[in-house]
Amino acid sequence: MDKKIIYLDNAATTATDPMVVRKMIPFFTENFGNPSAIYSVAGEAAKAVKESRSIIAKTLNTVPENIYFTAGGSESDNWALKSVFENYKSKGNHIITSKIEHHAILHTCEYLQEQGAEITYIDVDENGVIKLDELEKAIRPTTILISVMYANNEIGTIQPIKEIGEIAKKHNVLFHTDAVQAYAHLPIDVVAENIDMLSASGHKFNGPKGIGFLYIKKGLKLKSFVHGGSQERKRRAGTENVPGIVGIGEAARLSFETMSSRIGYEKELRDYLIERVMNEIPYVKLNGHRTERLSNNVNFSIQFVEGESLLIMLDMKGICASSGSACTSGSLDPSHVLLAIGLPHEIAHGSLRLTLSDKTTKEDIDYTVDVLKEIVAKLRAMSPLYEDFVKSNK
Amino acid sequence: MYSEKVMDHFTNPRNVGEIENASGVGTVGNAKCGDIMRIFFDIDENQVIRDVKFKTFGCGAAVATSSMATELVKGKTIYEALEVTNKAVMEALDGLPPVKVHCSLLAEEAIHAALWDYAEKNGIVIEGLKKPKSDIHEGEEEEDY
Repeated sequence: MDKKIIYLDNAATTATDPMVVRKMIPFFTENFGNPSAIYSVAGEAAKAVKESRSIIAKTLNTVPENIYFTAGGSESDNWALKSVFENYKSKGNHIITSKIEHHAILHTCEYLQEQGAEITYIDVDENGVIKLDELEKAIRPTTILISVMYANNEIGTIQPIKEIGEIAKKHNVLFHTDAVQAYAHLPIDVVAENIDMLSASGHKFNGPKGIGFLYIKKGLKLKSFVHGGSQERKRRAGTENVPGIVGIGEAARLSFETMSSRIGYEKELRDYLIERVMNEIPYVKLNGHRTERLSNNVNFSIQFVEGESLLIMLDMKGICASSGSACTSGSLDPSHVLLAIGLPHEIAHGSLRLTLSDKTTKEDIDYTVDVLKEIVAKLRAMSPLYEDFVKSNK
Repeated sequence: MYSEKVMDHFTNPRNVGEIENASGVGTVGNAKCGDIMRIFFDIDENQVIRDVKFKTFGCGAAVATSSMATELVKGKTIYEALEVTNKAVMEALDGLPPVKVHCSLLAEEAIHAALWDYAEKNGIVIEGLKKPKSDIHEGEEEEDY
């Protein structure tokens, strides 16, 4: 394709860093041995797995034995929730989570409800921040787990994780956080923040797809999730995805090395994008917290236009973005996150998420805003909602 | 995901706009579900649809079906327009993805609503025309994906 692509959907997935790919390749071809084997070809693989585990442990301020590799964020979330439910039955069956979790959490909760779990879904405010007083009040003697995402995938709001960790500790309840959007995008300290379990996924920070991990604090009574061999300290059987593990370790290393400058760069671009759109396109609302948000996330509600139309037109101009409209979710309802922050349906249908990376340039942002202005004007010109609005304002 | 014809009608929609003092106007759908279509008819004394315009808030399929529906009814008599079904609109667009079929209902309902408005304004009865539903999603089951 000759057309220049401006990729602004980094919350969906990221390009694998060529340095990561280079590091992975020998583990397909030369050092392909099974890490459990005794000969030296396998030794290299075992060593690399160990190294990757220790890089990741360091980034979270924990020890390598607490890092368990999985096939990604969804598996990590499933493991954390299902395992706590199964292993803490003697204490209770109550799980607290938020209304804006990823479906990997929400649908697992629905499943556990069928298995006898009781779930409380805590509200968020208009910025998407969880209501801490409601959270604390929801704790019962039978509460076994609090699971709240670190940062939201749609609107980018960062949750008060340290405060949630303190509440959990005070009431002796386990605390899991789905950090799929946050890990490697902001500093995390599982000790200081009282996190007992944390999910992350490689492809969200320039690592490969199909690899993630679950951090499990030492001493937690969690049994094997996948039964079989003794890999991952007998908690997750199956021959290790060695190239994937090498890849996620290298991606983590690179991400943490460049983190502070990357966050600074992305924030500047993010705020420039927000400012231009808010100043130049009328009837637009920024969703999510203005400052407590991921450095690369922008989410707008553009009134009187529908999200899918917007995405198709942006795509025709080479811009990749995402929306929370019903038409992009495959159901008649728009995103549960946008409804949870109190948006009316018709405004939620017109949402647009743009997620940047350190490869995004100011020129990309300028081009995107210019194109967006034209598209919004075109769609509003054919929108009966806009027509009614203009007429009622005359 | 969409056929070439759908993309063509979405990117270059035919007959977008309004008609002042239209003979009949129909608005269907609701913003809650993410699609609203409004269709304007200019109908002459021989009950022929002389001109037609539309405005739609909705996804690519909703815009494309609206556009195609206006092409199919333009120059037709009101009775011929009544025969334009959602199936006909879909076929003219070389089909729609299964999750978007409900968008084509929007076009059919909008035509009926505009004809109903025309009949009421002129105190006539159009045989075979039922009072349009106010919400095209009435009774529609939400599908599980």
